[in-house]
Amino acid sequence: MTTVDIKPEVSSQEAAHLSDRAKAERNLGWKLAGPAFVIMLLVTLYPICYAVYLSLFNYRLTDPAGRKLVWLQNYVTALSDPLFWQAFGTTFAIVVITLIVELVLGMAIAMVMNKVVWPRRTLRTIVLIPYAIVTVVSAFSWKYAAQIDTGFFNHWLHTLTFGAWDEQFNWFGGWFSSIVIICFSEIWKTTPFMSLLLLAGLAQVDSAQEEAAKVDGATWWQRFTKVILPNMKAALMVALLFRTLDAVRIYDNPYVMTGGANKTTTLSMLVGTETVSRVEIGMGSALAVILFVIVLIIAFIFVKLFKVDLTTSGRS
Amino acid sequence: MDTTMSNKAKNGLGLVSIVIMIWTIIPLLWIVATSLKSDAALADPKQNVLGNFWPKDISWDNYKLIFSGGASDLFVPALWHSIIVCVVATVISVALATFCAYAISRLDFPGKKLILTSSLAVSFFPVIAMVTPLFNLWRQVGLFDTIPGLIIPYLALTLPLSIWTLSAFFQQIPWEMEQAAQVDGATSWQAFVKVVAPLAAPGVFTTAIIAFFTAWNDFVFSSNLTAQNAQTVPAALNFFTGASQFVQPTGAICAAAVIVTIPVVILVLVFQRRIVTGLTSGAVKG
Repeated sequence: MTTVDIKPEVSSQEAAHLSDRAKAERNLGWKLAGPAFVIMLLVTLYPICYAVYLSLFNYRLTDPAGRKLVWLQNYVTALSDPLFWQAFGTTFAIVVITLIVELVLGMAIAMVMNKVVWPRRTLRTIVLIPYAIVTVVSAFSWKYAAQIDTGFFNHWLHTLTFGAWDEQFNWFGGWFSSIVIICFSEIWKTTPFMSLLLLAGLAQVDSAQEEAAKVDGATWWQRFTKVILPNMKAALMVALLFRTLDAVRIYDNPYVMTGGANKTTTLSMLVGTETVSRVEIGMGSALAVILFVIVLIIAFIFVKLFKVDLTTSGRS
Repeated sequence: MDTTMSNKAKNGLGLVSIVIMIWTIIPLLWIVATSLKSDAALADPKQNVLGNFWPKDISWDNYKLIFSGGASDLFVPALWHSIIVCVVATVISVALATFCAYAISRLDFPGKKLILTSSLAVSFFPVIAMVTPLFNLWRQVGLFDTIPGLIIPYLALTLPLSIWTLSAFFQQIPWEMEQAAQVDGATSWQAFVKVVAPLAAPGVFTTAIIAFFTAWNDFVFSSNLTAQNAQTVPAALNFFTGASQFVQPTGAICAAAVIVTIPVVILVLVFQRRIVTGLTSGAVKG
């Protein structure tokens, strides 16, 4: 009898003790993590919220007195402006081209890095270098390589095509050829990150399964599509999401190479010129918010439709 | 599996590897080559070899121009701004993130997942969207074109990344070893110095490198939130002018580009393996 009487007492004491401990741990946890979290939100979320507020005004920095609440007028103006849709088209052309090329190239490089015996270490080191290079530096390198007077592209293409290629071809003379060079620089710079993510995914593929498929007579292509790809779907989707969100905000490469000439202005560049050159804070904010919403929509599509689970994929 | 691979396959992969490495290295070699060309060689393909690629005569004029010549007024301060802003932003964010990641990996408290998810989410904010409101605010409070006015937005780049990467690192650390050391008679301080710090240091260091790369790479903030007093190198490169108004600043820009590339290439060559772990462990279980 006595033991039965004591038991609930002990467990309730234990529970109280535990909850005290848990409470202390909770407090310490937020004390340690809080500052970083709060500062992070201050420097990122606060500007975005402030941008939403500013976007409701017709407001030029040079004329603060003329600031007027216009509600959604800036959004209506922006979305009905052909210039916005031009920037939208250019941005997504770059996103689609770089995404497709980088997916194929990144996958190929990842598979080589995964299997290569020699030069394994050197390859992994060299491939990482573009990731660390400043984007502006990459942009200048590709720009000067393509330019008629200073460049080598035209000379090399001229030689490779036995003179069929025009040595005086102006890469920055038209929309498409400008986009090609911009994409080259973007692809060169960001494929390493893509291939590293894919390599990490490849490492998760069960090699026994691949061997079994091989023994069963599956061709290389069958093994690739039926065994390797399904097994690394999570890594593939994360890489795609990261890359898409990164490409949507492209700014440095077109800014340096064309400065927006030949309709190569991207959405980010549009926000920049509206804000800094034209000091139209209201309109610039509205464009910034639109770009932000586009990023949200893309992330939403990936997370909901493709079921990319970012929080658990990184946690063991 | 490597043992079952035929020599032919090995050599084939080796060959493909070399092609990949050449593709990676050419733009770098190109910017070095261009920085070594004299103004005359830049304008005349006949003074270069390999299809206008490499100069016949190497010239150091462009480096003299950016360090002691006409472009030094622009480049040298910009280099200092870059170093100061990036180092300070990296140190602040890694210090804050270390406490945060330690709490996330060792303590049980509600909101852990919220912190991790939001740190990943904000790292995909389009940075330009932060520029417009900051431009307006900085103009009003006098932070436009100042070093702190650049460090604060740089935290938006480096802090989420640091929290995310460092949490991934810390969750792989066998923290029980700290208790084990204390059980064995070590004081808290000894346990920290001998056990915790050596376990945590590689992760912290790698995170710092990755955060530094991100800050070093920034162009959006620097080109829009500074004029000259706090301009970093990537932004300053766009304002270079040639020796005279008829000469393009191509060589000087390339020389400056080589200078800012040297430190990051060294970091990659030395810490390649750690950087790869840091980049992928946060995103994909590796």
